[in-house]
Order: sequence, then C-alpha cells, then structure tokens
Amino acid sequence: MQELVNRAKELLADGTVARVLGWKAGDLPYNPEPAYFEKAEELVDFVYNGFCGANLSKYMIEASKLEGKTMVCLKPCDTYSFNQLIKEHRVDRDKAYIVGVGCKGKLDIEKIRKQGIKGIELIQGAELTDEADTLKIQTIYGDKTCAYADAMLERCHVCKGKEHMVYDELIGDSNETKDADRFDEVAKLETMSPEEKFAFFQKELSKCIRCNACRNVCPACSCRKCVFDSTKFDSSQKANVDSFEEKMFHIIRAFHVAGRCTDCGECSRVCPQGIPLHLFNRKFIKDIDELYGEYQAGADITSKAPLTNYTFEDAEPSIVGKRG
Amino acid sequence: MYKIAKENLSALFRLIAETRELYLPVRTAGQTNYAAWSEDAEVDIDTLKTVKSAKDAFFPQSEGLYTVKKEGKKISVEPEALKEQDFVVFGMKACDVKGLEVLDKVFLSEPVDTFYAARRDHGTVVAMACHEPEETCFCKVFGVDAANPASDVTVWTVGEDLYWKALTEKGEALTEAVKGLLTSADDAAVEAEKETIHKILENLPYMNLSLEGWNGDALSEKFDSPIWEELYKSCLACGTCTFVCPTCQCYDIKDYSAGDKVSRYRCWDSCMYSDFTMMAHGNNRTSQMQRFRQRFMHKLVYYPANNDGMYSCVGCGRCVEKCPQALNIVKVIKAFQNQGGEK
Repeated sequence: MQELVNRAKELLADGTVARVLGWKAGDLPYNPEPAYFEKAEELVDFVYNGFCGANLSKYMIEASKLEGKTMVCLKPCDTYSFNQLIKEHRVDRDKAYIVGVGCKGKLDIEKIRKQGIKGIELIQGAELTDEADTLKIQTIYGDKTCAYADAMLERCHVCKGKEHMVYDELIGDSNETKDADRFDEVAKLETMSPEEKFAFFQKELSKCIRCNACRNVCPACSCRKCVFDSTKFDSSQKANVDSFEEKMFHIIRAFHVAGRCTDCGECSRVCPQGIPLHLFNRKFIKDIDELYGEYQAGADITSKAPLTNYTFEDAEPSIVGKRG
Repeated sequence: MYKIAKENLSALFRLIAETRELYLPVRTAGQTNYAAWSEDAEVDIDTLKTVKSAKDAFFPQSEGLYTVKKEGKKISVEPEALKEQDFVVFGMKACDVKGLEVLDKVFLSEPVDTFYAARRDHGTVVAMACHEPEETCFCKVFGVDAANPASDVTVWTVGEDLYWKALTEKGEALTEAVKGLLTSADDAAVEAEKETIHKILENLPYMNLSLEGWNGDALSEKFDSPIWEELYKSCLACGTCTFVCPTCQCYDIKDYSAGDKVSRYRCWDSCMYSDFTMMAHGNNRTSQMQRFRQRFMHKLVYYPANNDGMYSCVGCGRCVEKCPQALNIVKVIKAFQNQGGEK
C-alpha cells in the first residue's frame, strides 16, 4: 500500500494527475470508502486492503468530465468494466491514469457476519502484505478466526484472473483465488423445472426493496437517465410491489446489460438483501457463449459485441422456442 | 414479570396468531426481515438487526390510498380501508421502538395521517432487549436504552428463557390473552441481563459519538458548509440508507393507471433519488450533493428544529452496515467534528 501512496504523491507532484481515486480508511476495521485525494497530505487516509471491493471504474464517468487526469486504482476485474466503458464512449481513456493494483481476493463483511461473528473491533490478515490464509478477528464477544477464502466475495471464487486488461502501470501482486466455475450455479438453475425456477427467483426477488443500488453501482448501467427514474413512466423506480414491479425491473435490467455485462459482481456485492443478482447476468453470458461463441465483455476495446454484430452463423430467433 | 421457555415460543406465536395478526422477524432466502407469521415461517429472533426495520408494519413501503373507477359515464371513488384488525409486532429492538416515536410526531400531528393512525391504534409492540449489541450500534447517543425498550410489552432473553413484562394497557391485554403459556418470575435474571447489556454498550466504538453542534439552530452553519462537497462524492445515489432506516418518513404519491381504473398509491421516497420532491414546479434539488445533504440535515437539524430538539436518527446502525460504499451518518457526524475547527 505504501508503494501506491508514494506513487500517487509523485504523480500529483509532477502534475501527471490532478487527483487520485482510491479508497479512504473507514472508522471500523472493514468499511473503507471510495474517495478522491487532491493533495499529497490527504493521502494519509488512503487505504488499500481486502475490504476495498468497490469497483471504481464507474466513478470515472464523472471524473472524465473534470479538468486534468485522474489516477484511478483498478483491480484486475475492474479493468474489464473500464474497457467496456471505453468501448461505450462513457469514459475518456486520456483522462485516466490507471494504476492496476494487485488483488488477493476481496472480503465480504456479510460473509463474516453470517458466521456469527459480531461486535468486531479489529481484523488482522486483510492487508495485501499479509500472507496468512486466516483472518484473526477481535470482537467484544471474544477472539474469532475466519478462513480468508470463506470471507471472500462470491465473484472472487470465480475470479477472471490476475491480468489487468488496461493499465498505465502495475503495482502489487495478485493471488489466484478461483476455486469454482462461474457457470456452475447457472447450470444448476437450468436443470430446474420452469415452476422451480420461478419459485427460486420469486423468493429471491421478493426481498428487493427497490433501493436501486444494483443499478447505480453497475458500470453497464450508465444511461444518463434511467427509464425507471422517469416521472412519465407508469412503473415507479421506488414502489415496492412484490407481485410484479421488482421482477420487471430486474429482468429489464438484465436484458439491457446482456452482452455488455463483464460479470464484475458489483450488483450482488451491494444488494442489501443478498439477492444473487449475478445469476441473471451469468445466464445471459452463458447463453451468449453457447450461441455466439465465447465472449468476454471488456476483455478488449475493439471486438464487436455478439448481440450488436450480425453474422450468418448467428442463432435464429426460433432458438428461444426450441430451448424452452 | 413472567417468563416462557424459548422452546415454547412456537406455541406462543400460534396462540397470538389465533386472535391477532402477528409480524415478526422471519428468515427468507438467507435474510431476516419482518413478515407475517405462519406455521412454516422460519422465525429468527436471534438476528439483532433485520435488514429493513419494522417500519413497514405501521407505514408500508407501498400502500394503496384510493381507486377511481369509470363505468360508462359514472366515476366512482373507493378509498382504501383503514386497518381494522388488531396486530402484534414481535421482536422490535429499542432503536426501532424509538423510531416509531419519530414517526408518530410526523404522522399523528395535525393533519393526522389516518392510515398510520389506524395501524398505531391496532398495533401492539412486543419489544426485545438487545442481547448482544454490535459494533454498528449507537442508540445510546440518541438516548435509547437497548436493555430497556419502552413499548407495550418488553421481553428479555436470558439463557433458555424469555422474560416478559407488560408496560401498557395494550400490553396487559396481550399478556392476558397468552397467560396460559406464561409463568410468574422474579426480576433477578432480567436485572442481571440489563447490567450485562449496559456493560457491552459501554465498550462499543460508536457509543460516545458526540452530537455537539447538531441541533435545530445549526441550519445555516451546517447547510453552507463546504464539507458536503467532499462527503457526497462516492455516494451512489441509491436508496439503501433511506429504505433500511426506521425513521425515514418521506413518501411520494403516484397514480397507477389500468385502463378503466386508476389506483392512487403512496410509496416511500428517498432523498437520494433524482425525482425526490419533484412536483409541478419542477424545481427540486438538482444535484446529488443537495440530496445527500438533505438526508443528514433532516435527521440532525430540521427534525430537531420542529420537534423540541429530538433527533430523527435512533442509532440503529443499519445504514452503517448496508451502505454499498460505506458512507453513513456516523461518518458525516465525525467529518464535521474533525474539520469543524479548521474551516
């Protein structure tokens, strides 16, 4: 982390960048927040550890409008989102100085809480320099431990790899954290009957509180004005109506990001109700892979997206009926 | 004081549900929220904080107000019925109970909100002392005693027993209805539990948060502070903090048109949303900084200004736990504290 801070100071000092976009230490052991730093002395609050899960790519849409370059810290998976935003002309590559930061898997405080660990005072083992594979957690109810892997975000278990897809320089090492196939869960859903599938999603989506965190955090949801925010649209973005509204919102969103979603996992990370929203997107990704050939959104900035590119080999629309 | 063994709680819930609707923390797809009790509901009274507060029981996130129907040339207006059925909300914590006090001051003052008032009339709150408060809690800062919720009935969990004490007439009535399952008990175990809870509270990191400078008179000083420009920047403008909050009370009124009829409903609004307070004048808060500021000014300045100094935050800490980007009211209060001297 010190290397990152030093580099940030240099870049600010020599005028390469006007600001640094990273994370600021929180007031609990696990709650750093995305933050801008404009002066070297502000970097005393800079932090980069296992709890810096937030994908900062989307903040670059606004930062691209500011004067001067922004040094932005991107983890390997975040760079797919950044590439996709370049492709969609939503960020200005020239306004970003991308420092690709190392990643050893990001932590999910909810997973730690799920293990019954509460009253957390101190967490050891979340720094990038920590080699131990166990978190030592000091709580007001006694000392606890938790395997690092058991506290990782879902997306880290299906990590896309240690490579950054776009960067100006790299700082820090990454670990291989993948221990599952990202389509395993989708494949399981595919074996369900339509009734079982409906029941599964109904149960999950019934928890939705229409906070729109999934949409607002999503780098693929970059419409200047979302249709759900329109006052002229009959469907409100905030009405919580279990019978229909939530399902429509999530299904429309999944369709809208299909082929553009990089599977960054932010939607599931931010959902206050723990809805596995990534499953919708992964189903689309899996289908696209099967019907149009393997495609990873954000892996590059030049390839044509399968759903916006016509070829003679494309699947016929009747495939929908055939597949059921 | 009475007590009931935890293993008899299902019988208790069944008995309550015979004569009243019963809402309590239920686990669905991995998360605990307030829901109606049923035989197969997975009741979870061990989780300290439900994701949403119990606010929905009195002020639902969405509720119909009236429906206008058109038949030929005849137009009829059918108001939504007020709550007529008695109900019990079981398991609310002291912070959420205090949250009701905040809502009461808004909805029960003139003009009275009849939908809310009917639910308050028919609702009985069985509050639960917090057995193991967590690091995100800061209720004490707002004068809430997690060990002593002020409600209709208060219950304490001690070992394998649940101690039960009625505090109001409604509470007495409910106690009478379930008396067959309760046995008399003395106060000793509960007093010890209260002491234990108080000791834990002393050690929580947020409990000594200072609210100095936050009051109804602080309007212009706080409103014009340059600190907001720094604080709001990583805010996603989602509604998580407002929708998990036990005291956020802003709502919007909307129409849903279904051809031959129009339903007018209200739903919680969020100051974080771009259409917040958007009305015909079309001149609402235009930037996220303004909307972000509104949330904290409302809780710590505007509300106290209108309610004899009472804050409209109860320190439940849900926003601390749930904000996707780890912003929250505690950080806001601290930011003003730290920078107050310099600016």
